[in-house]
Amino acid sequence: MTFGHEHRPLSQRMTRLALWVITILVLTYLIAPLLAIIPLSFSSSAFLNYPIPSFSLHWYEDFFSSPEWRLAIWNSLVVGSITALLATSLGTLAALGLNRADFPFKRVITGFFISPLVVPVIILAVGTYFFFAPLRLTGTYTGIILAHTTMAIPFVVITVGATLTGLDENLVRAAFSLGAHPVRVFFKVILPLVLPGVISGAVIAFATSLDEVVMILFLAGPEQNTIPRQMFNGIKYYLSPTITAVATVLVVVSIAILGLVGLLRRRMEKLRASAAEH
Amino acid sequence: MTEVHILSRQLYSSNRHRRLASFALVLPLLVFLIFSYGFPIGTMLWQSVSDKEVGAALPQTVVALASWDGKTLPDEMAFRALAADIKKARADETLAPAARRLNYDVSGFREVLFRTARRLPPADTASAKDYLTKLDPAWSDLAYWGAIRNAAGPASLYYLLSAIDLRSDPAGSIVAKPNDSAIFIDIFFRTFEMSLIVTLICVVLGFPVAYLLASLPARLAYPLLVLVLVPFWTSLLVRTAAWVVLLQNRGIVNHALIDLHILNEPTALIYNRLGVYVAMTHILLPYFILPLYSVMKGISPNYMRAAASLGARPIRAFVKVYLPQCASGITAGCLLVFTVAIGFYITPALVGGAADQMISYYIAFYTNTAANWGLACALSVWLLGATFILYVVYAKLAGGVAGPKT
Repeated sequence: MTFGHEHRPLSQRMTRLALWVITILVLTYLIAPLLAIIPLSFSSSAFLNYPIPSFSLHWYEDFFSSPEWRLAIWNSLVVGSITALLATSLGTLAALGLNRADFPFKRVITGFFISPLVVPVIILAVGTYFFFAPLRLTGTYTGIILAHTTMAIPFVVITVGATLTGLDENLVRAAFSLGAHPVRVFFKVILPLVLPGVISGAVIAFATSLDEVVMILFLAGPEQNTIPRQMFNGIKYYLSPTITAVATVLVVVSIAILGLVGLLRRRMEKLRASAAEH
Repeated sequence: MTEVHILSRQLYSSNRHRRLASFALVLPLLVFLIFSYGFPIGTMLWQSVSDKEVGAALPQTVVALASWDGKTLPDEMAFRALAADIKKARADETLAPAARRLNYDVSGFREVLFRTARRLPPADTASAKDYLTKLDPAWSDLAYWGAIRNAAGPASLYYLLSAIDLRSDPAGSIVAKPNDSAIFIDIFFRTFEMSLIVTLICVVLGFPVAYLLASLPARLAYPLLVLVLVPFWTSLLVRTAAWVVLLQNRGIVNHALIDLHILNEPTALIYNRLGVYVAMTHILLPYFILPLYSVMKGISPNYMRAAASLGARPIRAFVKVYLPQCASGITAGCLLVFTVAIGFYITPALVGGAADQMISYYIAFYTNTAANWGLACALSVWLLGATFILYVVYAKLAGGVAGPKT
């Protein structure tokens, strides 16, 4: 028995049509604001409106060459990279440990690792500010990197953890039974197998730092200005078209990240499927 | 027998070894997070109950008031202790922080203390009580003495109570704050109200989308899902900036509405509640659509077909068969959106007006601008408590974790 479209009664077809209309409107609401600002970033006019008088790369030039934005780009890249490195190393090791064996308080510890995700950022920021201030960590790169790493860790633990559930334990056992040193087993057997998950974790950790502004507002000094903070100030005080150029670049970056993570996920699923076969 | 014994012993020791090795892998992150996350949260919790300025500045007064009943004026000893304490505190420069703390509780206390400090009773005065009550009528007011007694420290519930518009009276019982200084319950209420409205909009807009996408074949659903995923992954500031560009007075939407002769002059679409709802819903909608989509994807169409073949009308089949199966997905999505929404700070700060700020804004305000750290931390404790309860319910329902990013 099949339920082809042609056999559907009118009322059902009307419902279907209504669903399509609502869905298209909602998806337009989600995507249109992002699409609307992209052409404005190529406008020669300082007014953020249509029609665009003529095209220009002026605002991109401002983004990539003005000293404030250059500092912000540099800071974002440095803080994001070190955060990704730190969060991925600590998070991968911990995910391996959590996956290997049961030990006391494992559930509590896992919950603790994930919990920074749930706590409102403002609370993390206020707590970190009060704790870091007497240690002279406010207004330093170290302080910001520590704070961003804390926020990125749950993503790494979750992503790498998800890959590890697909890991074939027998390969690890085989390596150990052949007398391989644990460090060698990690780099030669485990890491190549979970690499897609680890890279996903690192990319998400980088993206978390790249998007983060609340911690920066509380912890950073003027030398640690990042792209999000510069944008925050721009939106709050003077919305110049440079912001739309930055926004366009960031939209492209997030699409790239989305594509990369999607690609890695597909690889992981393939690995998991092949592990299940054996 | 012995061989089995040895084997089980070996197994035990190998398990033990395994457990230790696992824990050793977890340890670096544990240590890191205790420092960079546990201590900050701990500091925040401690700051919300720490109350030591008055005890440090007026130690003898605090001791003298310990056995005071709070119903009649304290005795001569307390007045003498106060005079001595003020004199010493002024020299030690501990008077100003204590005055600030007491002024939070009884406004005008700061002036009373400094006025008194300038005209302290002479050492040979017959009655410090007579002298001080004559010098300043405040010292015959139980409220002032009650404030000192309740601030004895080193820890108190003052800030935590203050953050929900309560205070201790001179007799030590908890009462509502006077109306003109009771503001936080309204702000918490506003935070919950705004989050609830955003959640409801997400349900109304998100449900049909998730439903349609789940019923489409993959080749159609995936490209449409990308339209949900791209904004989900895009920076919060980019999306907020986009809404400012679109909605501001000389923005794209106002222009378009005027060109279409729907409006004659620009109308305020931003820096008000409307703007906050539009931008917040935009950010939170994917949090509702994506998990609900995967729940709906897991519902077999056979149930609906069975209901239809048994003669159920489509609406009846939908309500009786389909909805119950995705009810937990809807509830979990609502809880997730609501939980993330109550912690929002950046978006309302950038697209809202003064009357549209949520609790996070006030936490930031009392930390950075008003520098009333105890109150900032107490507000954080209540927000954290609400988030925690919501999250526990969510985790029970969803059985997993999904990632908020505010």
